[in-house]
Amino acid sequence: MKEVIARRAARLLEPGWVVNLGIGIPTLVSKYLDADRIFLHTENGLLGVGPPPGADEVDPELIDAGKRPVTCRKGAAFFDSAASFGMIRGGHVDAAVLGALEVDERGRVANWAVPGEPVLGVGGAMDLLCGVRTIIVLMTHTTREGEPKLVAECTLPITSLRPADWVVTELATFRVEGDRLVLVELAPGVTSAQVRASTAARYFGEGVG
Amino acid sequence: MLRAQDKLQDPAAAIRAVLFDGAKVMVGGFGLVGKPLTLVSALNESPFSGLTIVSNNLGEPGRYLGRTLKLGKIRRAVGSFFTSNPDAVRAHAEGRLEVELLPQGTLSEAIRAGGAGLGGFYTPTGVGTLLAQGREVRELGGRAYLFQEPITADVALIRAHRADRLGNLVYRATARNFNPLMATAAKKVVAEVDELVEVGELDPELVVTPHLFVDHLVLARERL
Repeated sequence: MKEVIARRAARLLEPGWVVNLGIGIPTLVSKYLDADRIFLHTENGLLGVGPPPGADEVDPELIDAGKRPVTCRKGAAFFDSAASFGMIRGGHVDAAVLGALEVDERGRVANWAVPGEPVLGVGGAMDLLCGVRTIIVLMTHTTREGEPKLVAECTLPITSLRPADWVVTELATFRVEGDRLVLVELAPGVTSAQVRASTAARYFGEGVG
Repeated sequence: MLRAQDKLQDPAAAIRAVLFDGAKVMVGGFGLVGKPLTLVSALNESPFSGLTIVSNNLGEPGRYLGRTLKLGKIRRAVGSFFTSNPDAVRAHAEGRLEVELLPQGTLSEAIRAGGAGLGGFYTPTGVGTLLAQGREVRELGGRAYLFQEPITADVALIRAHRADRLGNLVYRATARNFNPLMATAAKKVVAEVDELVEVGELDPELVVTPHLFVDHLVLARERL
């Protein structure tokens, strides 16, 4: 299911783009993208993230923002945290692929504060949503308990007033147009009725598929 | 050269030279990567407490800054991500740890601003969220921004890969992160390095932190 989401998301990334991949499902996207033509940015200070290292090539000082060991590809560059977030806030990163806990019907994202826990961690989530040119949210369509994650209004604290541009789940792909959520594609074998039944947000484009 | 050579010190001596009870201390690193492990261990062995720690996060449970916390030395933490250490979450819940949470881009820029002598800046990050509470909002060119004050400290403990005896620093891979920023923003800066070379051996084109920012040098005894 997660692989389906990651594969679909990879197709939204255009050659030549600089892309920041968040943790969780977004990490899987790296398997499906054109590694020669997409440059991966990680906010802890690297542009040009390469594939995971083999067991004998792990460099303890070379990690991504999820603290996983990575490699750096030819043409990579290292920089400090302020420069890295300047790239993000300043609109120099083409796309961010992020996980989310909820997305509301205007495309607003909640992906930093976990229900029932004190708000003590934010990391780079707010900067990414605020500054990156194209925001692609990847998430399972419902929670483990079967509750819709596409909701009328986020019940969890939002990460930014700025909405996402795309939301990809295992059932469908939505585009945010203005302040409307538009269903643009159903996953293979999925019907509109299935999407309708698992979505609490109002959306447009019912006729697709 | 005498002045330059004086910068190299034993970790415990360097900590004694710069720290005091209640000090505000910046500590470099993203998780343990780029963290000055030897200096944090020396800090943990020192008698100083009541510290304010400015660091992206408070490390791993019981290790390095996680140990500093367990030892009860930290009164207040300024950073972007404390949920990775359950001890920090508990200490906060029990009222033993005061926390100031900032988005990572705001944290890093506030340190940069502090080091560069600026009075703060306006950032679009966080507008309309829980972290905007109590902050000045200003509309500039039709967009809303939050005011962020600069962050400075009494002491910065940082890690670099290589230093010359003057204190010029070169970093390595993603261990750079907050270190060059913190080097500019504290009254006293101690840099822990893997390797010390003679003056003239570092390519000036590659120096990231010029020596005027660095007060003390310590050779790393603990590494990842």
